[in-house]
Order: sequence, then C-alpha cells, then structure tokens
Amino acid sequence: MPRRNDLHRILIPGSGPIVIGQACEFDYSGTQATKALRADGYEVVLVNSNPATIMTDPDLADKTYVEPLTLPYLKEIIRRERPDALLSTVGGQTGLNLSVELAEAGVLEEFGVELIGAKIDAIKKAEDRLLFKDAMRKIGLETPQSQLVNSIKAGLEFAGRIGCPVILRPSFTLGGTGGGIAYNQEELAEILERGLALSPVHEVLIEESVLGWKEFELEVMRDLADNCIIVCSIENFDPMGVHTGDSITVAPAQTLTDREYQMMRDAAIRCLREIGVDTGGSNVQFAINPRDGRMVIIEMNPRVSRSSALASKATGFPIAKIAAKLAVGYRLDEIRNDITRKTPACFEPTIDYVVAKIPKWAFEKFPGADPVLGTQMKSVGEVMAIGRTFKEALWKGMRSLETGRAFGSEKYDKALIPQKLITPTPDRLNYIRFAMANGYGVRDIQELTAIDPWFLEQIKEVVDFEAELAGQVGQASWPARMDAPPAGGLPNAVVVGQAFGPATTPSGVVSQGEARPAQAGPPSQGSVSMNFGGPQADEGRPGGPHWEDLFRRAKRYGISDVQLAKAWRTDEISVRTRRKELGVSAVFSRVDTCAAEFESFTPYLYSCYESACEADPGDRPKVVILGSGPNRIGQGIEFDYCCCHASFALRELGVESIMVNCNPETVSTDYDTSDRLYFEPLTLENVLNICDVEKPDGVIVQFGGQTPLNLALPLKRLGIPIIGTDPSNIDLAEDRKLFGKLLDELAIPCPANRTATSVEEACDAARSIGYPVLVRPSYVLGGRAMAIAYDEETIRQYMREAVTFSQDRPVLIDRFLEDATEVDVDALADGDDVLIAGIMEHIEEAGVHSGDSSCVLPPQSLPEAAIRTIEDYTVRLAKALNVIGLMNVQYAIQNGVVYVLEVNPRASRTVPYVGKATGAPLPKIAVGLMRGRKLKDYVHLTGGLSSGTLRAPQQFVKSPVFPFNKFPGVDPALGPEMRSTGEVMGVGINFGEAFLKAQIGAGSPLPDKGAVFISVNDRQKPEAVEVARRFAALGFGLTATRGTASALRAAGLSCKMVFKVNEGRPNVVDLLKGGSIQLAVYTTTGAPAFQDEKAIRRSAVTSRVPCITTLSGARAAADAVASRRRDPIRVWSLQEIHAVRQTAV
Amino acid sequence: MESAVLALEDGTVFAGRSLGAPAERSGEVVFNTALTGYQEVFTDPSYSGQIVVLTNPQIGNYGTNQADNESGRPYIEGLAVREFSRVASNWRSDTDANLFLGRRGIPIISGLDTRALVRHLRSRGVMRGVLSSIESDARKLVEKARNIPRMEGLDLASRVSTPERYEWTKAVDACSPSEPIAAPPAPKFHVVAYDYGIKLNILRRLCQTGCRVTVVPSLTSAADVLSLNPDGVFLSNGPGDPEPLHAQIGNIRKLIGRKPIFGICLGHQLLGLALGGKTYKLKFGHRGANHPVRNELTRRVEITSHNHGFAVDPESLNLNEIEITHVNLNDGTLEGFRHRQHPVFCVQYHPEAAPGPHDSHYLFGDFVNLMERAGPGGRPVRER
Repeated sequence: MPRRNDLHRILIPGSGPIVIGQACEFDYSGTQATKALRADGYEVVLVNSNPATIMTDPDLADKTYVEPLTLPYLKEIIRRERPDALLSTVGGQTGLNLSVELAEAGVLEEFGVELIGAKIDAIKKAEDRLLFKDAMRKIGLETPQSQLVNSIKAGLEFAGRIGCPVILRPSFTLGGTGGGIAYNQEELAEILERGLALSPVHEVLIEESVLGWKEFELEVMRDLADNCIIVCSIENFDPMGVHTGDSITVAPAQTLTDREYQMMRDAAIRCLREIGVDTGGSNVQFAINPRDGRMVIIEMNPRVSRSSALASKATGFPIAKIAAKLAVGYRLDEIRNDITRKTPACFEPTIDYVVAKIPKWAFEKFPGADPVLGTQMKSVGEVMAIGRTFKEALWKGMRSLETGRAFGSEKYDKALIPQKLITPTPDRLNYIRFAMANGYGVRDIQELTAIDPWFLEQIKEVVDFEAELAGQVGQASWPARMDAPPAGGLPNAVVVGQAFGPATTPSGVVSQGEARPAQAGPPSQGSVSMNFGGPQADEGRPGGPHWEDLFRRAKRYGISDVQLAKAWRTDEISVRTRRKELGVSAVFSRVDTCAAEFESFTPYLYSCYESACEADPGDRPKVVILGSGPNRIGQGIEFDYCCCHASFALRELGVESIMVNCNPETVSTDYDTSDRLYFEPLTLENVLNICDVEKPDGVIVQFGGQTPLNLALPLKRLGIPIIGTDPSNIDLAEDRKLFGKLLDELAIPCPANRTATSVEEACDAARSIGYPVLVRPSYVLGGRAMAIAYDEETIRQYMREAVTFSQDRPVLIDRFLEDATEVDVDALADGDDVLIAGIMEHIEEAGVHSGDSSCVLPPQSLPEAAIRTIEDYTVRLAKALNVIGLMNVQYAIQNGVVYVLEVNPRASRTVPYVGKATGAPLPKIAVGLMRGRKLKDYVHLTGGLSSGTLRAPQQFVKSPVFPFNKFPGVDPALGPEMRSTGEVMGVGINFGEAFLKAQIGAGSPLPDKGAVFISVNDRQKPEAVEVARRFAALGFGLTATRGTASALRAAGLSCKMVFKVNEGRPNVVDLLKGGSIQLAVYTTTGAPAFQDEKAIRRSAVTSRVPCITTLSGARAAADAVASRRRDPIRVWSLQEIHAVRQTAV
Repeated sequence: MESAVLALEDGTVFAGRSLGAPAERSGEVVFNTALTGYQEVFTDPSYSGQIVVLTNPQIGNYGTNQADNESGRPYIEGLAVREFSRVASNWRSDTDANLFLGRRGIPIISGLDTRALVRHLRSRGVMRGVLSSIESDARKLVEKARNIPRMEGLDLASRVSTPERYEWTKAVDACSPSEPIAAPPAPKFHVVAYDYGIKLNILRRLCQTGCRVTVVPSLTSAADVLSLNPDGVFLSNGPGDPEPLHAQIGNIRKLIGRKPIFGICLGHQLLGLALGGKTYKLKFGHRGANHPVRNELTRRVEITSHNHGFAVDPESLNLNEIEITHVNLNDGTLEGFRHRQHPVFCVQYHPEAAPGPHDSHYLFGDFVNLMERAGPGGRPVRER
C-alpha cells in the first residue's frame, strides 16, 4: 500500500501556545510531519497561533498561517486553501479537538477535506471516557471502575458506593486540568465543582483509585495493513496518583518479566485495533497492581503525545515523522530506519542504555499554589538523560534540571521525612536521598512512597557511595595529598590483542570492566591491574588505582565533578584535571535503535564512562550550539527556535552543526536537525567533555537563553572559542556597576539604581532612589523573584524572604517608572552596522514583565522623536558592547524621556515573533555575522537594509498565555515576575484586529456583547471614563464599584453599581460567578494585592471571564471588540504577507 | 568483590565483577538484544555451548520464577551483563537471578562494557571465549578459548535432548489475573515432538491449540515415531550446527509425506537439509525479540523472537518443491518455507516467543489446521 497519489495538499493544525501539558513536543511532531510530507512531494498548509515555533517558519511549509486555532479561522483557511486532507494527530489535544470540531461543524464535508491520521469515530472512542470503557470491556481489558457525572449530587452518590479516595477527571481538558484526587466527600465536592466548570461538556469521570499501582506507558504504531509495533515502553518511577507528565519516567520498563510485558503489548495492540486508530502513533497507559499483577488500562491517546516525543528521543525512532508517512498510505515495512539505513522502520527498537525523564516545576513563580502532585499536570518542562544504567541516567538528569542548587545545599528537615515521602511534591526525590542518608531503608521508603523497590535500591547504591566518597576526605586530603599516578603511565589504556599471539588481528580492542581490562603482563603478574569497586590493595596510596577506581565508579553512577568537588572540598576544575590525569574521561555512545546490532549512521550521542568512544568526530569546520535546557517560565521554545535556526544556518554555510541539549520535547533534540546531536546536560563539565572530543571551531552561547550564557565566561577562560559577542561584554551588560558606567559614558539615561548586599543597604538604597522601586536578584531570567516595593516594609520582607544574595550576587534596586510605556527592541549587529529588527510597543504599562505583556509591531502610540531616540540608543549600545549577532534592549518611556532598562547581548524571547512579523530570518543572519559575514551580505533577506529599522508590513500583536487555571488559589495579577508559559500572535490590517486574534489565540476571547465591570483607583478615573464610553458605544452595559460608578455617572454614562467583596453581597464575585459580567477591567492599586482584588481576579479565571488589569489593555480590548464588529474573518499566510520581500530578492 | 574475566579467542579480554557461580566455563560468545526475558534465555536449551551477552544493561531486576522456565534448568554456559541487580522486584519472583544461575554452576561477569563487546562481535563475528572467575591470567584463558571446539560441526542437540519419551499435556497459564488466556480445547490431535532442545513454551502452545504431545528423544527412528500413530510431527529448536545431525535428518526425510510436519528453528534447518538444501553460519546470528519478518503469503509483518546462529540458504532450495513463506526484513535471510506438495512447513524464528512478541502464535493454529485437513492419523494429503 504505497503513497496515496489522490492527495496533494494537506492541512496540519498545530497545538497553539505553550501551556502546561502541551509544549514544544508538538512543535517537534508538527515540524517532523511537515518535513516528511513535503519531502514526499505533498503541499503542506500549516496553522498555528504560536509564532515561536519552528513549524510556523515560512520556509518549512508551503503555506503558513499564524492564526487562532478556532473554527471560524480554520474554516476561512480551508475555504482559501482547499486542502485534500487534514492530518489530525500531530497537533496535540488542541489539533485533535479542532479536527473534531471541523468535522462536526460540517466544514470538512463542505470543502471535501478527508481526515487522515485518526478518524472521527476513533478519536471519539478514545477520548470519550464512557465509549472508551465500553470498548475496552469488549476486548477483555479491565478499566478502573468509574462513572461519568454531570452534577455534584451524582458524584457524591457514586463515590459513596465505591469509597474514597477517588480520582476525578474532567472530560476534554488538557493535561488533566481540573482533575484531582478526593480523599473525602468534602474534597470531592470541591474538585467536582471546579472540574465540571472547566470541562467544555460539563462532565467529570469519577474513578476507582489505583493509587500506588505501578504505571506504564507503551508507544504503539500501526499502519493501514494492520502492522503494529511498540516503539518504546516507559515505566513511571512515581506510582499511580501522580500525572505522568509530573512523574519521573524511565525507558525501557525495568521491572516487568517478558510474560507481563507481552501481556501489556498484546493489550496495547488490541486497544489500538478496537479504537480504530488506522495509522500513526498512539500512547496507551496501564497500571499494574504490584501485589498480584492485576492490570488495568488507564487511557489511550490516538495521536502523538508528549510521551511519544520522549519515546522518539529515547530510542531514535521518529514517531511523528513515521506517523505522517503512514497517514498518507505508506506501510511500516516501506519506510526505512534512518539510523541504520539498511533496516526498515517496521521493527521494535531495542536499547542498551537507560533513559530517565525528570519534570521541572515552577511553583516558586506561583506563591500560594499547592505544590502537591496529583492527577493534574503542573510541571512546565522536563529533561531527559541517557546513561548506561538507571543510576547514571537519573543523576545526569538531576544535573540537567538546572535547579541552581547543588544537592545538600538545601535545608531538609528530618521531622518532615514521612510527610515528604508520603505526599508527592517536587521535593520527593531529594527527600528520598535525604531519608536514605538518615537511615531509612528501601523497605521503609517503599511503604511510604509505593515506589518500586528496584528504583529505590538503585538510588540507595548511589547514596551509599556518596557517603563513601565523603569518607575519603579524611584519609587523603584533596588535592594536595593526591600523589601523581603510578610511574609508567596509567594502566587503563591497555590494548589487548596482539599480546596474545600472532593469530589475532592487529588492532585489539580496548576494554574496561568495572575497572578496566585485564592487562597482558608477564605471567607472574597475572591480572595486576584488575580492580573492582571498594578500597582494595591500593588503599592508602591516594592517587593510585584506588582513586582511579573511585573516580570511575563515581562517574559511572552519574555523579558530577561539581558534586565530587563538594565532597572533597575542592573545585570542579581540579577534580576534572585529576580525573583526566587518572585516565577517567567521558566517552560517547550512540543512540542507534538496535543495541549495536547494526551499524549506526546518525551521530546521536550521549556520554558515559565506558571503554569505547563512538563519537567519530569529523574534520570539517564545526560549531557547537548550546541549547536552552528544560522549558521553564521565561526560557522556553523561543530559544529552541533560535538554536534550531542557528543549526540550519550553519549547514547552509557549510559548517558542521553540533547541538547540545537535554530537553526531549524540542526540535533541537531531533537527530535530524543538526549534523550531530549530543543529548547532554548543559553543564560546564558536559560541555567541556564534548569540546574535548569535537574540538570545535566555535561555540555559540547567545541563542539558548540564560543557560549557555552562564557557561560563557568559564568556557572562555578554559580556552573554548566562543563566537559572536564576547562573553566579557555579555557579562558587562549583566554587571550593574560596569553597565551603569557605560551608560554614563554614552549619556544614555536609565532609572536611578543601586545595588545592595544587606537589608540595611537595600533600605538605604531605596530611600535615596525614592519609592516605588523595583528589586531583583542579579543574573536571572524571566523576572525571577522580581518585585515592586512601595515602602520600606516590603523591602525588608523581600530581603528576608524572597532572595538569597551575596557579594558576588547583589540585589539590584531600580527606580520604578510608574505609568511608563515599555518598549522592547531586537537588533542585529556585525561590529560596523546595526540593523534594528523590531521596535515592539508593550500594551501593558511598565511594571508588568515584558514576557507577560502583550506587545505590538509596529509601535502604535510612540512619538516619532521617541522612536528616533530608541534607534539612536540601540545603535550606540550595540557598538559600545561590540555586539556580533543579536541584541535585545528594553526601554521605558516616561513623560517623553527614554530610559534604558536593560540590555541583553543575546537572542531574546521575541526573536521568533519579530522574525515572523518582518519576514527576516534573524537567527540565520546572526549566525552568519558570528562567522564573520556582514549585514551587507544579507540585504537580500532584509528588504535591502543593512542598517535602520525593518518594516512590519501589517499589524502583529503578541499576547501571553497564563497557567492560572492550573494553580487554584494563586493571584493572577500581573507584575514584574514573569508567569506566562507561552504566547500567540495575531495578524491584522488594523491594531484591533490583530489584538482580537491574539486574544482569541490566547484562549481569552473578548465578548462581543454583555456587561463590562470596571473598577479603578482615583488617579485612573478620567481614563476609565474614556474606556467605559467606548464600551458603552459598542453596546455593552457598564457595572462598576461605587467610586468608579460615580465617576462614570458624572460623565453621563449609565452604570450599575456593585459592592466590593468586603462591602457586602451580592458583590462583584457573585456577579462574575453568576455570569452577568462578560469582561472585567480591574486595575491594581499598585500596593500589595488586597484579598479583595485577588478574589475578583481568581473568580474571573474560574468563570472564564477575561480580566484586564491595565487601562491600556482595556483600550486595546475596546479596539478589538470594534474590529470584531467591523472586520470580516480574514487570514493571511506568512508567505503572502512577506511576498514583496521575497520577490524583491 | 570477586573479579571475573571474559577472554575471547582473538585475544580481547574483558574484566568485570564475578557473580553467579565461581566457575570457569567456555563456549561461543553470542549476544541477545531482547529487553525482557532473561530467564527464558538462561533456560533455553538452544543456548547450550554459548556464553550469552545481554545488551540490556540492567539484568536481574525482576528475579526469576518457576513459571517462566523454558526447560528444567539454565543451559547457558555463562552470562555477561553491564549491571546485575542486587535486588529482585516482582510479585512473581521466587529466586533472585544471581542465585538461580549460581546454584547451577553458571558464572556471571558484570560491569563490563557490553556495548563494546557487542560491537566487537558484530564486526568480527561471534567467536569462542572463556568466562572465568577462578583463573585470572588472561593469557591462559585466551589460550583455552582457542582450544575449545568450534560451533561448526558440533552436535549439541543430541546432548540436550530428553533421554526418555514423555507425554506433555500442560497448556499456558496466565501470568496475571488480567491476562486473557482461554481454556485450551480438549486435545484433538496427537503430536509427536522431536526434542532437539525443545522449549517448554512450544509444548504449552501446542497444548493450548488442542494438541496432546509425546516428546521423543532426538534419535528416535521414523518407524518408532510412526508407530505412535501421531496426527502430526513437530521438530523442535535446539543448539549447535544442524549439519552433523545426519541421523535426525534421515529420520525427518522418512517422515516427509507421511505426516504433517511443523519445524521451528533447528527443526526448520533440519527440514531444509532433509529437503536437499544447505545451511550456513551467520556472522553473528540473530538473537533478540525485535526482528521484522514478513509473511509472504499475507504480506503482514510480524515482530519475532530469534535465537539462531545458522540459517538455511534459500538459493540451495528447490523452489519447484518449496515455497518461501517468511523473510527477514532486516537482512533478507530465509525465515520460513513450506513444501508445495506435502504438509510440511517451518519457521526459523520462534513463534512460541518466550521471550518475545506473540505476533506469530497463529502458526500453531496453522499446524492444527494442517492436521485437521490431513485427517485422522495424519494421513498424508497432497496440498493443491
């Protein structure tokens, strides 16, 4: 059944903005699918509202629409493009739901579009819990007892029958949103109420608890000829009860016999057949009772998923790419395995290493959020690590997380151990280590956590070894008493082979056991060099084989040099130097899908401490790109976008591209993206290991966000060639004092500022600058721990509780510019010329983190003079810092004065957005500049410009997306600390249209009728009147709190008055919950949030009423509503928007 | 901690920790890439004469249990793994894997770089080796490795075969309350199974499909087999080189056309030889649970379990007489054929799995269908 020739044009919907539960993995799957289909000669039309994705690059698809993923816009795109088919399975839950919506609305039928991937019936059978249960019963698979309920009463009844605890799962929500575990009836009522509200169909499944059971996932693929393969098995370290997205997971499954595994395999395949997934990848989840082996099926996703991205990276089998090919008719045996080149894709990968995935959470960004892990996913990112053993993978994974804290530096409380083990939180893994170090046995911990004893035993082995390491300090102080290695060289590099006689081939194999291979010495010596764990003959001879053995064991356990240095009270580089002197160096093994049974042609590598290195570096010019690590708030897909483009650009320049990253969700960790991929933690140690082997001509640090920047200076000091802006200049821009001096020299104003390393100093500083002030720690991204203080009390509290500071890392205190307009600028510089790519005007006033503010290109309200000033400052800053590549500057304009807030000589979060708005491939040009080209060489990509400012041919609005619905109890007010997880872009002819689309894309669609609630402080009342007048003119009713209401009435507007929360009832919260308010405009008073304000914002979130917290935002909303009334639904592909530029080339 | 050495005939030596029995054993060093099922590998008699390297780096995790044995005892000569678990974690486990091998005198070497070893065997081919935790002089071990007999020409099947005839009536037991295994039908067919090193799951599978099995020693004559009046004859898997098994081949030749015959693995190779074909040694064999095999009759692909170092050369077969039914998609090797005239078919891989996917269980049904068509007493019928 080969390629279908009746299809020509295929529509692929993406997954929209990054939210918790749906992240880069769908950029990865969409990108793979698009590439695979185009390579096969299909035309691809791609839709995604998220501009930060690789998939929405105009070069990738034939037609690219950055438009809201909603029915009306999709219908318009289908009407214009007339695709033959729609691939429903690579755009996450969003893409799948949208496909169902389009089918049910008759759009697909009307325009003759065939659904490929998963058919509508299969999607419904898999997604509808009741249908799914029936289907599973039919094929003899057990599911946990459960019932769908539409009311709290029905829920309480059912739970009364089966007994608590019960699991609640709202229908059709993402990442388990609104779900939870109820241990009693009261809790049940609470979660059920929220779940019913969040479910688009007001339906919640109540399910028998299988808490504590072992959890597994299988990634299955099926083709039209019913060939089925399991790509990967995944076992969860955390037992049932923790969402799989919040669990540490391990591939392959570790604790199942073949019989049990095959039972699960059979069940998964039966499940796919029954659900009717004709082609593509699906993910099936199981739970197994550890006491008797009873197995239940939990759920299946008839599409590629977060787990399939993980499985693809874990095995080297590209699920989304193959799924796309299967969807257009290919059979699995007709597709080749890219890695072995000789064998077909119709096989089951086998691996000879262990993969661990560890989630990354961001609870510190959401004070008040409950950090308990349950059925609703709360993590914002994840890392994957590959090791030869689970221990090595887990320890590498922990290092990849970049928690910024070495283990052991945190305070753990013995008294809290039982609680911390019983209740899963992000701390649990560390508490397990802590408990073990405090005498808890594997069995004790198993009882408290229900984690499989095999996993615990592995951790115990390393914890015991860590104690042994610490014990070494006494007997041989480090490093002074570490003697030189024994004379005659190190014994581990033994070539065995010829030594034994003429019959063998000349190039023997070097091999190492737990210690190293037997040495072919004189007979009398026998196997002198063998040494296996534990202090042996050489104890007391520090520096000898005992130490070598200790090093090798430590490294094979995945323990970092940093941790060794800590144990031995020395520094990382000393450890590294001595380790290498002893011959203990990292080697690289390949991920090859087949456990070395066949040769691998794809350099997809991971480090380990084995005997043979398979890196096989090339001798072409080469550049290493350091990626951005796990997604977190403030550092996510935008940086992966830049890294991928850097890689593509290097290839075009004929330079070998080498990617280093540890985030399994991303496009950058696709083995197809770069010439070579190192799946490694982004730490100094691991990057140096790669440089040792590759000896690159350059290393790029400016595309991966803060993670690689933190490594820039240490790498440079160790002689690694960093290309682009010099690390010392990057550092200069981060260093308050040096940077302040530079601004003085350039006569560029910035808000008055000081630094402080003590509470008193901070208070003095704030007093001298004048309140309000902005306080924050140095070297952070995403406004981590940033706050606005209006008084000394706040400063004291902040210094006491919020941050750690030191002489090296002082707290920065800036004058806060109230009511200023903020502006973001991205620019390219080559040392001579500076090209400004975009001047973005923020819609929210200064004080809201730039990542959380909507912004617009081109600027709407900036005076011409301010723009000139901004251009002038930007050019001068780029030259002064000798920027080579990208630079981002943040400005604030207050009373006509332009202030510089900060300069980042690196790619910023806004680069993909600016690139899509202007049509200029910014990272690509930046890489050329780093490799010595000039802006003048790229005028064919910039509309002829090598200086000045690029033009945005339409209106482009970028809006953030927030995870507040995942964190009940958290105040959704915006502030200087970034809290959005993702972004969307709206494109329009006018600002209102672009803003409207951005709001729709962000999932907070503005109402077109109803009532607007307005409450502002006195200072803002005149402005509020104008906003209210506009809404009234658009036919909205007005409701306001007393003060605002009288201002509106005084201005002649008719308006309902409503109580504040603390005044009495019915108050504004009652109205919000009751559905009589459709839009809330509620500005903060500036001072710390009152409970009243928080309650209003929270109930707006739960009632899904858009809540606007700034007046500028409210004005934009009015523009948007006006556009909705005035403008038709219209869409533009990026290719047509930038056609002029492209044809001008 | 005790040390162990694995020395190969080409002089390559790997050192590691000693587990299992403190012993010295020799054999052909081969690797298996299956992720699950180490216990089935240990107890598969086809591994006799072989030191097995497992590519899955974590072995021993789930211990061992009575039900998963493929024969009465472990048959491997020795085991090489990257890491051996200190604990056994599984509700079915009754003995930890270290003890399981140790008390049968089988040595384990752990902590060696199995990937380097596998890559070595892949590029140079499988070779002889000695695994020892009593001799530490690597040179002596290499010398010993060079002096053990080569696998080519070795009749191991006769050595592992049952000395006595016995009846087998036990079908497959579920491994979990959730495993849907139907009650076996009342035995309708009598199968005589030649034991060249038969795996228990073949016997269980035959019973599960409605057969009563009489297992006979490998050198049982054709006349004795016929005197048992079976409905069909089964030729089992087994270790070693098929070529020296002249007596067995002769007996098979006499049965072709007299009874429906189904062969697996060594049984397949012996049928190939009985039908005038030739076998050859593969460079590093097929051992694992993920090989794609296409059924040429249905065009469906099965993911299959493998354990063989020899193969039948399809070029050597008379294709007027024989139809190729199964082909390996990885390397194009012959995986199954049937006779065009007589009710005879066989596969090179392991449809009984254990360990491995269950995709090919249908072949047992095919055998039953063949016997059904042949009628009572397995009276030969002409196919087409």
